[in-house]
Amino acid sequence: MNRINKILEEKNNILSIYFTAGFPEIEDTEKIILKLSECDVDMVEIGLPFSDPLADGPTIQESSTIALNNGMNTKKLFIQLKNIRKKTNIPLIIMGYFNPILQFGIENFCEECELAGIDGLIIPDLPVDVFKENYQSLFNKHKLLNMFLISPQTSDERIRFIDKVSNGFIYMVSSFSITGAVNSFGKNQIDYFKRINKMNLKSKLLIGFGISNKDTFNDAVSYSKGAIIGSAFIKFLKTNKIENIKNFIDQIRG
Amino acid sequence: MSKTYNVNEKGYYGDFGGAYIPEMMYANIEELRTKYLKICSEEKFQKEFNDLLKQYVGRPTPLYFAERLSHTYNTKIYLKREDLCHTGAHKINNTIGQILLAKRLGKTRIIAETGAGQHGVATATVCALMGIKCIIYMGEIDISRQAPNVARMKMLGAEVKPAISGSKTLKDATNEAIRDWINNPIDTHYIIGSVVGPHPYPDMVARFQSIIGVEVMDQLKKTEGTENPDYVIACVGGGSNAAGLFYPYLDNENVKIICVEAAGKGIDTGKSAATSILGKEGIIHGSKTLLMQSFDGQITEPYSISAGLDYPGVGPMHANLFKTKRGEFISINDKEAMEWGLNLSRLEGIIPAIETSHAFAVLDKKKFKKDDVLVFNCSGRGDKDLDTYIDYFKL
Repeated sequence: MNRINKILEEKNNILSIYFTAGFPEIEDTEKIILKLSECDVDMVEIGLPFSDPLADGPTIQESSTIALNNGMNTKKLFIQLKNIRKKTNIPLIIMGYFNPILQFGIENFCEECELAGIDGLIIPDLPVDVFKENYQSLFNKHKLLNMFLISPQTSDERIRFIDKVSNGFIYMVSSFSITGAVNSFGKNQIDYFKRINKMNLKSKLLIGFGISNKDTFNDAVSYSKGAIIGSAFIKFLKTNKIENIKNFIDQIRG
Repeated sequence: MSKTYNVNEKGYYGDFGGAYIPEMMYANIEELRTKYLKICSEEKFQKEFNDLLKQYVGRPTPLYFAERLSHTYNTKIYLKREDLCHTGAHKINNTIGQILLAKRLGKTRIIAETGAGQHGVATATVCALMGIKCIIYMGEIDISRQAPNVARMKMLGAEVKPAISGSKTLKDATNEAIRDWINNPIDTHYIIGSVVGPHPYPDMVARFQSIIGVEVMDQLKKTEGTENPDYVIACVGGGSNAAGLFYPYLDNENVKIICVEAAGKGIDTGKSAATSILGKEGIIHGSKTLLMQSFDGQITEPYSISAGLDYPGVGPMHANLFKTKRGEFISINDKEAMEWGLNLSRLEGIIPAIETSHAFAVLDKKKFKKDDVLVFNCSGRGDKDLDTYIDYFKL
């Protein structure tokens, strides 16, 4: 069974952490993954940096620019991930925009993912319809799950469609929002979480965007299988050492 | 069905187009996709659109026979005078159409991106006209080099927000506008300024601009006795003025299409905006098209002396015209374009925008027959470029 599905089945209050590969330093990728797996973290999302990240707020944009300036690219990332499976069994997801993946060659990309032991992908600008028509069988061949996003605007009909195509978790965007931290969830967001929960989807839900601290994490996991933290972790890495990642995780887990 | 160079029902021009968008934009794009054709074909919409184009924009714009230019190049040259539109360029045809559409969708807040500021001014203008709140995203670098247009937008009541991410120019302003829309999906409509972005934008903008080509057919019939010129010629950045002129001729292969791109300092210098030659297939701003990018798929910054041609992608319609060879693509460098700014001024008494100057430089690149009828889209006037002309020619 895919490592992601295994965790989804076995655990609650899942904590998934996003970081941008190549940030703060080019060779930090493996160090960050290994440090996160030593902590109470269930899943790691490795961000493949892109020059024009449409769905991301200022924090992740900035980290992407720095990573690219550091010389990060797709080929380099796969080199860095070459031995990762000898060192950790934590579920690994690559999150990247579609253009760099297309330029690498999508078949090549999926093949490299399988070789490195990547479990799934999140490609925010690859719509579910295009995925289903053109790439689903390729992903299946390389044992890669593909995670889709939904937002408060996504219609019930479309959520049902996404649920049908999905074979991992559904990434529930917490609000009308690009990525970036907020302090607490409002009534509208809670209503939306409740509405989706009532739909009894086959896919498990993870909530992302706007989760930054213990309170928002606890709120999120009370309506879902788990939550994803990105911008807040990137901010932490800006001013803290990788050795101290445990402090950040402990704050969230409380 | 016979071969068409227009958009298909899935939103593609050949291999190009589509809607590669984050799910957070899906509901808005889907609303547009399912409603734009219906709304735009309503009689009441058509009447309001055409009345505004006539009374407010000043349409139809003349199709002017350029006698001295024709004599000099020994061929028949017509200029479609989009430079005479209100606000000084063709851009307003699209913003009038989209603001009427936005009103019908119940939107109360407008956002737009702008490079040189022409589309920003055209958007701020229609927002003032309709009394709708307007926010324009503009790269921080462009804000400092296009001060008069920033002032115009402010006079018109728009808020100009600097895009401070990435390279701080047009592509980043577009990213910021998209992010704003993701954050404000309910009350906001995004008026894209060119035939770029996810479907249905390229088709929608092309339709609003198609008035240019439709008028040419009518006007040419009166002067030449035929609706069809031998060539239609326009500059291409994103491609909206070209799309407007070409639109009724796309599937009529007796009319040859010439797209003129900005070579900047030269194709091989790394400072160019000739997307068809330097670009590769990929995704930019939600559209599969040709774009300038690194080996690794990072979008690179183009360069041209004209801010309006300074876009790393090109509309999917034009990418398809290039790939199928339906259109001939010619690139013109800064120097050639600037010289044509002077040529047109002195031969015809028309000071063109630098974008527009690129199109005319084709006359030195290609030999035309005496009886050929050429229609150039004179897409914008040069007032906004005076500083650049002054610097360049030490006027």
